Amino acid sequence: MGEGKEKKSGIKFDPDLLDILANFEEVELQDVEIELGDLELSFQPGAVAAAPRVLAPPKVKPTTILEAPFTPPIDTYPGQIAEVKLGATKGEGGTRGKSIIIGGEKSPAFYTFENPTPHPPVISLDVFDSKVPLAKAVKMHVKDVVEDPAAWAKLSVDKFGADMITLHLVSIDPLNPKPSTPREAAKTVENVLQAVDVPFIIGGCGDPKKDLEVFEKVTEVAEGERLLISTVTLDMDIERTTKVIKEHGHVALAFTPMDLNQARQLNRRLFEFLPKEQIVMDTTTAALGYGLDYAFTNMERARLAGLMGDPELQQPMSSGTTNAWAAREAWQEMDPKWGPRELRGPIWETVTALTLLSAGVDVFMMMHPAAVKTLKDVIKELTGKRGRGEPGKIANWITTKI
Amino acid sequence: MTEREVKKAGVRELSPIDVYMLLPKTNCKECGEENCMAFATKVVNREVVVMQCPPLLKKEYEKNYKQLSEMLKPAIREITIGTGDGTVTIGGKLVMYRHEFTYFNPTAIAIAVTDEMPDEELLGRVKKTQEFKYDYIGATLKLNMIAIRSTSNDPEKFKSTVKKVAENTNLPLVLCSFNPTVLESGLMAIPKRRPLIYAATKDNWKDMAELALMYDCPLAIFAPNDLTLLRSLVKTLTEYGAEDLVLDPGTFPSEGLADTINNFTMIRRAGCNKGDELLGYPLIGTPIVAWAESAGAPEVSAWKEAYVASMLINRYADILIMHSTDGWVLLPTTILRQNIYTDPRKPVAVDPGIRIFGKPNENSPVMMTTNFALTFFTVASDIESAGIDSYLLVVDSGGIAVDSAVAGRKLTAETVAEAIKGSKIEEKVKHRKLIIPGKAARLRGEIEELSGWEVLVGPGDSSGIPKFLQEQWK
Repeated sequence: MGEGKEKKSGIKFDPDLLDILANFEEVELQDVEIELGDLELSFQPGAVAAAPRVLAPPKVKPTTILEAPFTPPIDTYPGQIAEVKLGATKGEGGTRGKSIIIGGEKSPAFYTFENPTPHPPVISLDVFDSKVPLAKAVKMHVKDVVEDPAAWAKLSVDKFGADMITLHLVSIDPLNPKPSTPREAAKTVENVLQAVDVPFIIGGCGDPKKDLEVFEKVTEVAEGERLLISTVTLDMDIERTTKVIKEHGHVALAFTPMDLNQARQLNRRLFEFLPKEQIVMDTTTAALGYGLDYAFTNMERARLAGLMGDPELQQPMSSGTTNAWAAREAWQEMDPKWGPRELRGPIWETVTALTLLSAGVDVFMMMHPAAVKTLKDVIKELTGKRGRGEPGKIANWITTKI
Repeated sequence: MTEREVKKAGVRELSPIDVYMLLPKTNCKECGEENCMAFATKVVNREVVVMQCPPLLKKEYEKNYKQLSEMLKPAIREITIGTGDGTVTIGGKLVMYRHEFTYFNPTAIAIAVTDEMPDEELLGRVKKTQEFKYDYIGATLKLNMIAIRSTSNDPEKFKSTVKKVAENTNLPLVLCSFNPTVLESGLMAIPKRRPLIYAATKDNWKDMAELALMYDCPLAIFAPNDLTLLRSLVKTLTEYGAEDLVLDPGTFPSEGLADTINNFTMIRRAGCNKGDELLGYPLIGTPIVAWAESAGAPEVSAWKEAYVASMLINRYADILIMHSTDGWVLLPTTILRQNIYTDPRKPVAVDPGIRIFGKPNENSPVMMTTNFALTFFTVASDIESAGIDSYLLVVDSGGIAVDSAVAGRKLTAETVAEAIKGSKIEEKVKHRKLIIPGKAARLRGEIEELSGWEVLVGPGDSSGIPKFLQEQWK
């Protein structure tokens, strides 16, 4: 549909994003008819200045522009964020098509006037191994694959451009009527790993005992794949967990609930068993409107402290950005003046992600294709070459007809 | 550079003593505080301003007052746009990162109209802007300004539009044209409203400066992706006598976004941390440009405008000019602004008391949590999404999360027992069973003793509530 319109009006825009945005019922894009005349920008001739009627009282006023050169305010930092490799190719001991390196920052996020971004942040799409409640706006994009994690992973990579896949093993939860066993979970992991060759995050159910049992099995069957094991927490048996992560060549995702002292404490514990190159940290993501300010400030502080030399906060950061969907403004039906939730939901996830992107997050676990696409576009721009902002392109924004 | 050095460069490390030494030290209480030291402490915390000390404004303290004002001057100039009831204050930032202190003066959001819009559309947009409101954690989120763009470049048209808008709203205005003749014509329609003049450029700066002086208006400077030009224009215009300046280094929503983000960041760092007075002014962003460069379906432009606005709120914008009036664009924008501008020094709390979910009856469960806003909303959202008919007793913990509140004695068996009594929940349910958060488990025995209620220890995370009730609530 996006392409059809593009041809009709002769305008270039991003057909992918439009397709995604257009793929909901409430907004009738069919009604949007674009007349070519409406789109022309009216350029005003160079402003002809007429002398103002009354001049302010005389004073020695400059008659030409006084030069005041600008020098970029560059700082140097004693610390650097660790580089962590996720996924392993055949040559590296795994079976992935490629591996991904994250971290390595020497400056705050996207301070590219200071240092280039060493590795662009990456996006990992959520796949669940059994049925979970999904927001309507998300469900419509994945409804055909929700019962087949391998197909879901394939769709996420092929169509939605996922850099990585997060396979959440929610079926193992002991609170389920029939929780799946570590062996069954490991089987699922093997299957999904075969469906796509991107690096993986493996998510547990949040029960520290059961997760460990499952991780012991999963790390073994996926020997050498350099999975990111999500999550390792303070209430787990750290020694046992790190043992299998190390032995089978994986990476730990250290999760703490919005408290930098706990984040430090957990990293300290992990350093006893794992090298820095095998630890990523997650200091908790709260949704826009539901504590995003805490999440943002914690991450920004953690990153700045790491750059300032705090060795316990120098790990790359991961965000469970999907938490954005916990905000009722993202999924609920609201008064029509707030627009359809098919738009509210993905913009909620997008704004949550972009906020944490500016705090320094390296891995985003996400869900909605439009949010993913937007984040990828923005990351590409922010890590791309500077100096592409052509003044002429926005010089006449005031007179643009919209 | 150590963290401390950065901090020092960011916030002048003022102690209450520094301020106290310059106060009259008479403990006259005219300011409403017990003594001058208490007042000085509040000044340093930016809870009051020195002007609230009446004796200090007397002639004899003139020197002290000046010295104090200089000492407390924010790194980023504070500017007021508009007059009387219709004003908005921007800038006044003390720090670059919100955790260093707190951000003052939330980003003002201006909705744009043009001088070629039919009356119905024009006034409709003004009305919509004015009436926008959303209730969020005890605050009402609003839009702040109208930006009038001259797309006609016709002085008469602009003048009549400005007049029409001004007659219909009290909101502060931004007058937008690069043509000084057009702009002056707009100013003549509202000589007393003190709008923001947008904008001085390398070509028109002299005429715009004259207008700013003549009409006593703040003036924006537009120097897209050219910080040397921007800085030079600031120097020139301040020499010229214009003091209230707003900086626009250009908003590039797609190609050039990296420049925009870098420019906003460099300007704010120079102003806040490097003592560069020429860049110590508020920043203006124009997400509306998303509409100019993408001529596709309106949803696509609005989408881009929304996310660019959010990036600029995070990266220091003090004003944003936007086109979209769609709820799904403005809701995330205003909520993000509210989040970023909350005071990180103060816990965000909700009112204590009983909350009702669904249609509970006399046998429905009674659960308990604290009034820390984040905890409360998480718990509420978990109960709601599971569709559980129940009561939630929100106990005043001084806005602290459960585990910290228990550890810090902010949440005790006494406060819980009092909350049970005060809430009159005993009149609503027949049973006497209270479910407390797993993280408050150690209060169990004492609560039972003091309140006479049976206490069930719930899950450590509220996501476990549905399961817990299924198994334990019979």
